[in-house]
Amino acid sequence: MRNNFFGLLVLLMVSSTAHADLDVVITGADTAASPIAIVPFAGLAANEVDMAKVIDADLSRTGQFRTLSRSSMPEQPSDPSAVNYSAWRAVNMDNLVLAQAKHDPATGKVQVRFYLLDAVRGGAPLMAYDMPAVMPNQLRYVAHQISDLIYQKLTGIPGAFTTKIAYVAVNGLGAQRRFELVVADYDGDSPRTIAVSREPLMSPSWAPDRKQLAYVGYERGRQAIYIQSLSTGQVRKLISEKGINGSPAWSPDGRSLAVTLSFETNPDIYIIDVATGARRRMTDQYGIDTEAAWSPDGQYLVFTSDRGGQPQIYQIPVAGGDAKRITFVGKQNLKASYSPDGKSLVLVNYDDARYRIALLDLASGAMKIISDGPLDESPSFAPNGMVVIYATQDRRGVGLATSSLDGRTRLRMSQSGEVHEPVWSPKTQ
Amino acid sequence: MLKKSLIALVTVLAMAGCASKGAHNAQDNAIPTPVDNSSTAGIGSNTDGAPVQIGDMNSSGQDVGLFDAAAKANVIYFSLDSSDIDSAGQTVVDKFARYLQANPTTKVRIEGNTDERGSREYNVGLGERRANAVVSALRTKGVAAAQLSVISYGEERPAAQGHDEAAWAQNRRAVIVRQ
Repeated sequence: MRNNFFGLLVLLMVSSTAHADLDVVITGADTAASPIAIVPFAGLAANEVDMAKVIDADLSRTGQFRTLSRSSMPEQPSDPSAVNYSAWRAVNMDNLVLAQAKHDPATGKVQVRFYLLDAVRGGAPLMAYDMPAVMPNQLRYVAHQISDLIYQKLTGIPGAFTTKIAYVAVNGLGAQRRFELVVADYDGDSPRTIAVSREPLMSPSWAPDRKQLAYVGYERGRQAIYIQSLSTGQVRKLISEKGINGSPAWSPDGRSLAVTLSFETNPDIYIIDVATGARRRMTDQYGIDTEAAWSPDGQYLVFTSDRGGQPQIYQIPVAGGDAKRITFVGKQNLKASYSPDGKSLVLVNYDDARYRIALLDLASGAMKIISDGPLDESPSFAPNGMVVIYATQDRRGVGLATSSLDGRTRLRMSQSGEVHEPVWSPKTQ
Repeated sequence: MLKKSLIALVTVLAMAGCASKGAHNAQDNAIPTPVDNSSTAGIGSNTDGAPVQIGDMNSSGQDVGLFDAAAKANVIYFSLDSSDIDSAGQTVVDKFARYLQANPTTKVRIEGNTDERGSREYNVGLGERRANAVVSALRTKGVAAAQLSVISYGEERPAAQGHDEAAWAQNRRAVIVRQ
């Protein structure tokens, strides 16, 4: 980005963003990260969300920005006219974000005006927006909207900060075990449980319109794939054959689901028409074929297969044809899915006794490891392709983390219980 | 709806000066997306109903095999990435084969399980492979197919909670459960 000249200096001065509830790990010298300061918003009540903190976490998580801690800020202005640019240049900031919130006693609503400033050149704001007036409980969403606007302005790439994630939360062992399917903001905030079961819930998959989720459940000793409307809560059982009914993956056009069924011989990939239930068998091979994912153009599926011995990733044309192995680096590769531009896969790579998240460049075949393991799984791209979310295990237990594409910026989320299988929603259309 | 109440951007501020950036394209003047929902509300709707329930919330006894008195006698353990039945497992199979042949109306379900390593859906496949291995072993001993059914839980229902080989060895198992 701009002013990379200052990047190295900033590295020495800024340790990391300081958040009590978020664990940001920045590794390696990241001179490409653009230094930005999100000044605390003026005019917010003490019991209202700290919007600057939300934006700070949004931008930090991408790895493309390095934010300035509050204790290092030379001043905390809320209007461009009050900014002392030389003081910000002294702490090597490229950009500043300032804002002021105004409460309307008549409506109870809050309106936020924010400014994005060029700290190096000064001058008029790069952006100056009045956000829509909202009730105070919507201010977190407005903060994510501001992150989207800043991110797009500074990178040219649409932000994904107003998206959602779905995940599975588990508590207890044996007969006490409880499974919940949860939908939350992309950063884990505002979780809402949409399904509960004392038997496993697995493998959530978003419909492209993000109004429905497909997932796997168990009912009286039998597996089934369900489709649930998020607005009405209505659930439809799509299929429940003998054996495995797993790995639902919505096609990009929303008309069909790729699934894993084992009732005919052993686990194979099928495509089911959501409206009619008609199904087509895509693989018929000794061994386990599962974890199908669609290419963004709907032309290919990738899936995990152990037909060659160890599980590896294979690709098959949806129109029909032979499956072709596409992973050759690592003892095992599992659970692949495409980047939004279709040029790479994110997957789980097993080597050196560690399961780690990796990116596979489809053109070159190059594999880039972006997490440390040892038991990382279920990676999913953000809809803008700039961040990956996955499940990890560390001293805090089993939970979710995000990584920038270079693997240098990782952020561990805080959630109670055992949390896994995060899947990132599409953007609203 | 909110789009109408959206207050226009502060164009005056945005347009004054700043020639050096030369970056004032249409993007700068874009109107922010209206807030169509609280981030706490459901997607595409304000409905915020109770979660749906999948399966039976009451204890049906169908999956308490691990915890009943016979727990140690109905579990066959496997080594890593394997569905081979060892001699200890064969002893369990032989015992159930005799029992099921003597009680031809009794039906059992074989539940396949894995440790936590590897991806979750692949492990469902591996668990099914283990359960099928137990079915084959029982069939070889003369048990009728109609007495046997299979379900795989993959890594979803561990018997031991740790993240080490001791726990994983406990979790790589098939459990024979009376139906």
